[in-house]
Amino acid sequence: MANYSTNEFKAGLKIMLDGEPCNVLENEYVKPGKGQAFNRVKIRKLISGKVLEKTFRSGDSVEGADVMDTDLTYLYNDGEFYHFMNNDTFEQIAADEKAVGENVKWLVENDECTITLWNGSPIVVTPQNFVELEITETDPGLKGDTAGTGGKPATLATGAVVRVPLFVQTGEVIKVDTRSGEYVSRAQK
Amino acid sequence: MTSPSSWQPSSSIETLRQRAQITSKIRQFFAQREVWEVETPALSHHGVTDVHLSAFKTDFLHPQAVEYCPLFLQTSPEFAMKRLLVAGSGSIFQLSKAFRNEEAGSYHNPEFSMLEWYRTDFDHWQLIDEVDALLQYTLATEPLSVLTYQNAFIQYCGFDPLEATIETVCKRACELGFELIANDEQDIDVLLQLLCCECIEPNIGREAPVALVGFPASQAALARLEPSDPRIARRFEVYFRGIELANGYHELSDSAELKQRFERDNQTRLSKGKQVMAIDPCFIEAMEAGMPECAGVALGIDRLMMLALNKSSITDVVSFAIDRA
Repeated sequence: MANYSTNEFKAGLKIMLDGEPCNVLENEYVKPGKGQAFNRVKIRKLISGKVLEKTFRSGDSVEGADVMDTDLTYLYNDGEFYHFMNNDTFEQIAADEKAVGENVKWLVENDECTITLWNGSPIVVTPQNFVELEITETDPGLKGDTAGTGGKPATLATGAVVRVPLFVQTGEVIKVDTRSGEYVSRAQK
Repeated sequence: MTSPSSWQPSSSIETLRQRAQITSKIRQFFAQREVWEVETPALSHHGVTDVHLSAFKTDFLHPQAVEYCPLFLQTSPEFAMKRLLVAGSGSIFQLSKAFRNEEAGSYHNPEFSMLEWYRTDFDHWQLIDEVDALLQYTLATEPLSVLTYQNAFIQYCGFDPLEATIETVCKRACELGFELIANDEQDIDVLLQLLCCECIEPNIGREAPVALVGFPASQAALARLEPSDPRIARRFEVYFRGIELANGYHELSDSAELKQRFERDNQTRLSKGKQVMAIDPCFIEAMEAGMPECAGVALGIDRLMMLALNKSSITDVVSFAIDRA
């Protein structure tokens, strides 16, 4: 993998830090009038998801990370691995629990997901921003009630629990924003 | 707001008008004090040896010469102004452009405006008072306070910068999260600059300007050393709201010592793989002729405007920043 100098650090560049692939978010140039120049760089560690600031000497180089995002279709979970398929090549790839992490609750069979590969192996699985899931359990709400009273918890087919308005019932399919975990609407039939 | 097309100025016309008013206030300030305005060349046959300054170089073809002659755009008007002092100018100021290669960011534009002034028979303390007066006059600031470099490091970094070995500074820098630099940095001054930038600057001068005084002798630049404590130099920097605004000295005029410092700069340049810069013979000769006792300071005008007009980027206060110049 190529090395990148701080001059090349732009948002989106993938670099290696502490043995972990990272995404550059921001790069700020700092220099005392009579002193050495530095770059204050904000990065996200791709495996842990941690965002941190690191300061480099301007002109220093770091190793690039062989990281790429690919959109794959989620097929099934065999108990240990989560299997995804490339719809063009039919090539399949398996991600472990660590890569899927908390997002397991948004994995819907036959939905597309973004899989982040590092050196060819999946490290992060990101669901689509919105997924549609069936409610498997929620308290019956009062008839005629509309949104705005704080709602009630509902368990979805994947096990995820979200707050829904009182009028939504077990068996209905709802649309959820996976980034915030919030109810958006009833699914369009 | 949509981003302006590239023919348009980086800042608004209103900002530029306000800027002009502040500039005229600065001229009034010096007129009241009988410090007169000079102009010195932007192009010179020599650049400076400062390890961390990079000058733009160009080629001059004299109509009666057969070969190009290298010229440098000035990183500050310091040497030319000091030659005027030697020639008998008395106290002078200059509002001019300075040029520094490899510098661009929220607080840096490779071409920027600098206010530099020299006061004969002043020491650095008197000049700090005058910087304070100028800031109160142009920015309506509260009175400036003074903080020693030593106390700043003890307070914010937990060690004495004048006594610490490079091992101590490295260890402390690692603990503070700067292991990427500290792990392989041999130059104690680079580490001190790093900690000053990251741990001290953001914390001082929040309400009123602060003059950081008593820089280590190794960062004396062109300041004389403190006679009672040669570990430190009579150099100061002024900070306000996270911005490094000014850098001043009780000026060193000893030509032999200046020459030594320039040579040391060049050795450091060499060790860092940077180009050696020829020492300006006109400057050395002027110093040999004898510079009057004086103190001098350079203040970043664009940064002053940022503070005055509450702007977060230098591009907001200059007519055309480098990306559209």
